[in-house]
Amino acid sequence: MTPLVDPLLSGPIGLQEILVVVFKVVVAFAFLMVAVMFMVWFERKLIGDMQNRIGPNRAGPWGILQTLADGVKLFFKEDLLPDNADRFVFKLAPYLALIPAFLIFTVVPVGGNYSTGDGTVSLFGEETLLQVADPPVGVLFVLAMSSVAVYGVMLAGWSSGSKYPLLGSVRATAQMISYEAALSLSVLSVILLSGTLSTSGIVAEQSQWNWNLWLTGFIPFAIFLISGTAELNRPPFDLVEAEQELVGGFHTEYSAVRFALFFLAEFMNTVTMSAIIVTLFLGGPNGPMFGPEWLQSWVLPSLWFFLKLFVFLFVFVWFRATLPRFRYDQLMDMGWKLLIPAALGWFLILAGIQVASDNDDINLALVVIVGVAIFFAGMGLLMLAMRSSRRQRQLSGVTD
Amino acid sequence: MGYLDGFRVTFKKLFEQRVTQQYPAEKQEKPVRLHGRHVLNRYEDGMEKCIGCELCAGVCPAKCIYVRGKDNPVDDPVSPGERYGFVYEINYLRCIHCDLCVEACPTEAITESKLFEFSFTNRYDAIYTRDELLVDGDGRPRQLPWEDWREGEDEWTSGWMRATSPSGDVAFENTVAWSGELGHGIRPPEQGQRADGGGE
Repeated sequence: MTPLVDPLLSGPIGLQEILVVVFKVVVAFAFLMVAVMFMVWFERKLIGDMQNRIGPNRAGPWGILQTLADGVKLFFKEDLLPDNADRFVFKLAPYLALIPAFLIFTVVPVGGNYSTGDGTVSLFGEETLLQVADPPVGVLFVLAMSSVAVYGVMLAGWSSGSKYPLLGSVRATAQMISYEAALSLSVLSVILLSGTLSTSGIVAEQSQWNWNLWLTGFIPFAIFLISGTAELNRPPFDLVEAEQELVGGFHTEYSAVRFALFFLAEFMNTVTMSAIIVTLFLGGPNGPMFGPEWLQSWVLPSLWFFLKLFVFLFVFVWFRATLPRFRYDQLMDMGWKLLIPAALGWFLILAGIQVASDNDDINLALVVIVGVAIFFAGMGLLMLAMRSSRRQRQLSGVTD
Repeated sequence: MGYLDGFRVTFKKLFEQRVTQQYPAEKQEKPVRLHGRHVLNRYEDGMEKCIGCELCAGVCPAKCIYVRGKDNPVDDPVSPGERYGFVYEINYLRCIHCDLCVEACPTEAITESKLFEFSFTNRYDAIYTRDELLVDGDGRPRQLPWEDWREGEDEWTSGWMRATSPSGDVAFENTVAWSGELGHGIRPPEQGQRADGGGE
């Protein structure tokens, strides 16, 4: 069991504790910037491979410095401010998109031995968790921050004073808010099983191969992955940008550094969302432990974490290479008629199972069977209702 | 699993051979008869083939060729005929590389090399003069600073000539009907041009 607060901050706080925190912040910041650079390069390279191309290969070995070159270029380009723009909001929006992406990553435990230890490592003689902050409401913080990021996109499109960005931001608002619901409801299942909102607590609960991926029965994971992709505005849910329809969507009017910030935020969100998935469902830094003490506390957990992270980065690129974009009504249908009911229903089943396993008078197997049966019967009824209403609409000539 | 088939397709692409060529670093083999920039050829004894008849200029649909003929100096003739091309200019901002000039030329003086990668940066460089078009003492095209010649590319300067039989006469194919060139001699005909795939 991990302590309720980071052991670093449980004692008296002096200069050394503050310096350790500052050190962690700097390292996390540097890591995230490097990770974003890597992610941009990796995405371009991998999507090139999947389309039988080569991808960037000019700047540095295998083109790995391409992102750096692009970043430098964007910094030196002219920064345009449209005449019709709301100047203050227009300047504010990129930071509203970028800063939450940073902040989400601060609550992700990137290492520490949770399976044979308590997850703490010794840093400059101080016992501490390998995450910048461990608030007791970590998961809520993640959800709150990802909602703030919606404002970045929404305000960017609204303040541009131009029609395509406005359309993009209208889409963004509807899409991100409706998928936020499915996202939160699938996280609820994890919280229910772990019994804590703290990210390190959730990781500690999964330390003995009892990962939430199978404990919650895979469905919350699938819902989280899908609605997470929608939350990131990544293909196939990139209606917000939709180059073919909306020029560039919400960032049409942005250029130079401000555009770079949006770009950065988008890829940073991909990295942090992958990190959150790993933390919530795949046990974070948990994995097979062997070897000497330093290997177990420092190297292996972080290795497992980054390996899992990498798998999801790959999966996100794979999605993008494979799936065509959703139509707007399909997107809304999937969010409201499939993901949210499924997440909610599954959460009820898990709650029922939880009650049954806590209570000796109730037959657990019966609860599981009846619960799953009711779930699928309910989903079937929902599908039936949707099909008959679609037929009604076709008959009355509203849709084709 | 109809939904997941696409994932298999994209994943399989990861291990396939890439079709991309690293263009500036490595070039594709060009067809022998590619229409590139022109050269003015010489006979094997070094005399110029051009006789200044202006047929090329007349036939050019883009009006990019300007030729002025002049009587050969009696003591030091430039070409074996009566006259020679004294001014010969091709404007590559107009040229469409149709090769009609090559067809029109009675002495095979003008042919096209395989070079198409030349990027001048001002209009004067676009107008190639007689000095720039003429082959040098080895019968090879002159390589101007803005042209991208690679090893061996200056070898094939008259592909079109050997690919055609006069008046489309199949029986004539593979029969040498052209004069020799400085540095190359009489070039052999291409093989296997006939419909039955035969040759000498």
